[in-house]
Amino acid sequence: MADPVLAISELSKTFGALKATDDVSLDLKPGEIHALIGPNGAGKSTLINQVAGTLKPDTGSIRFDGQELTGLTVAERARRGLGRTFQVSSLAPEFSALRNVMLAVQSVQGSSFRFFRPVMRDTSLIEPAMAALERVGLADRAHLPTSELSHGERRQIEIAIALALGSRAFLLDEPMAGMGPEGSKKLTDFLDGLRAEAPILLVEHDMNAVFALADRISVLVYGRVIATGTVDEIRADPEVRRAYLGDEA
Amino acid sequence: MANRETIFNLAVALLLLALPIAANYAGEPFYVTLATRIAILSLAAVGLNLALGLGGLVSFGHAAFFGIGGYTAGILASHAFSGDPLIFGLPGTKQMIVIWLVAMIAGGIVAFLIGLISLRTAGVYFIMITLAFAQMIFYFAISWPAYGGEDGLPIFVRNQFPGVNTLRPLPYFLICYALLAIGLILFKLIADSRFGAALQATRQNEVRVASVGIPPYRIRLAAFVISGMFTAIAGALFADLNRFVSPSMLSWHLSGELIVLIILGGVGRLFGPVVGAAIYVLLEFWLGGITERWQFFLGLILLGVVLFARGGVVGLIAGRARHG
Ligand SMILES: Nc1ncnc2c1ncn2[C@@H]1O[C@H](COP(=O)(O)OP(=O)(O)O)[C@@H](O)[C@H]1O
Ligand SMILES: [Mg+2]
Repeated sequence: MADPVLAISELSKTFGALKATDDVSLDLKPGEIHALIGPNGAGKSTLINQVAGTLKPDTGSIRFDGQELTGLTVAERARRGLGRTFQVSSLAPEFSALRNVMLAVQSVQGSSFRFFRPVMRDTSLIEPAMAALERVGLADRAHLPTSELSHGERRQIEIAIALALGSRAFLLDEPMAGMGPEGSKKLTDFLDGLRAEAPILLVEHDMNAVFALADRISVLVYGRVIATGTVDEIRADPEVRRAYLGDEA
Repeated sequence: MANRETIFNLAVALLLLALPIAANYAGEPFYVTLATRIAILSLAAVGLNLALGLGGLVSFGHAAFFGIGGYTAGILASHAFSGDPLIFGLPGTKQMIVIWLVAMIAGGIVAFLIGLISLRTAGVYFIMITLAFAQMIFYFAISWPAYGGEDGLPIFVRNQFPGVNTLRPLPYFLICYALLAIGLILFKLIADSRFGAALQATRQNEVRVASVGIPPYRIRLAAFVISGMFTAIAGALFADLNRFVSPSMLSWHLSGELIVLIILGGVGRLFGPVVGAAIYVLLEFWLGGITERWQFFLGLILLGVVLFARGGVVGLIAGRARHG
């Protein structure tokens, strides 16, 4: 078995009396999609935020490519190859889709401390950014300010940004939310191919997508992982059915 | 592509150049001095516009940099005059170019130190902490007798620039105008550059910037330092214009004025500071002669701009700002 790209172990985080992350251990192996499911408020986004660095865990460790992430800033983690999308998309609203992705390209190229060459005439920024937007099917919307795009489109920009970063692991927080059935289907196909580039930790409520994509599923309830397994194992798990899936599964 | 904003900017730049030249040959040097004030305040505000307009950093302490530039000119000139060495046996100087360089470095260093601490905060805390630092420097200047304390420090003869008679109003105006032009060109280059992209994105969404791997704090700190350098050079010019430096250059009124200029003209707009400074200085001149309470009318105009023209006068005339 290959070493995991991302290894979360014994992670805990409380908000006051609330245990949002309760002794969570899970990992992400090369080439896999690991889906993280659970009811609203289970602590899925909180977990993603601790991996990306926007929240600090109380205890536990997160290792990425064998290196401890604790103590690194959000920017340092991104530069090491953690590409994330937000449950509520988080972009520079006055900038076009293209300029948002160009920001990622300029970060990858090394330095933002260049003061004189205009970015809008810099093909070394524009071309890779357009290529990333093309991959998510947004090339024809590239020049619109992101504030004028739909929720689904903004989520796709975030994926394009993660692609442009050359991410070595993707953390996607409900990428299908707010997309119509057709959009979800397209994105499902896209993510299916993406796992070959880098593994994906996928938080998602759309069970069709999860069952179609996941190599493994972990179920989070009240901050705790109550089960981890393949799609079939999770569907058959009585505790999971009671806690989350209900009887329709 | 010449859009409306570019044409408007060029018109303002030409007017600011042509009017004082005409006034000079019409035998009205006073108007040349008025235009020089506009150019200098514009440059100070172009500096602030970098932090405030591009970076969203509402510094209420830019008088610190303006005053540091002013005192640099005053102190260097006074040592050149008396012949006493400065620190480390270095002499003073009457050369403007040297003075500007020293002002820029001093302004940059102080901006770095102030930024290092204040940029850890945001919003109202940032406003207050920058104000607090500027006030500290203000009180320090008042209580430091070596360079005039409360009374300020005269510059007996305006400093020198090679090949130019700086004592005459028009040549001195042209020097200030040229520095303003350089400042505006640098602002435009920076705004359109990679650094400018990161800075403007930091204003819009800090988490987004960090999530692509760019450290927002360092971007802001660099912007704050560059901003302080611009404003310090303007301060040195202002001291030479008045041939006098006093703690009033460091007072919070001036920090407030610079913010007001930018809001009037258009936050983040290339010529916002110039238009704002022109309105401000002209209002002060016309209304100040009629009533002591001219700032009341300034307040009314400011209220109108904030309520009805969020992009300031430049926004009103040239429309919303566009980002490629
Ligand atoms: N910053 C915060 N401060 C306090 N409570 C929070 C914070 N963020 C999330 N929570 C709480 O932690 C729990 C987990 O939230 P979240 O991770 O967003 O759940 P999920 O993504 O699984 O729906 C919820 O009860 C939520 O109210
Ligand atoms: Mg969530």
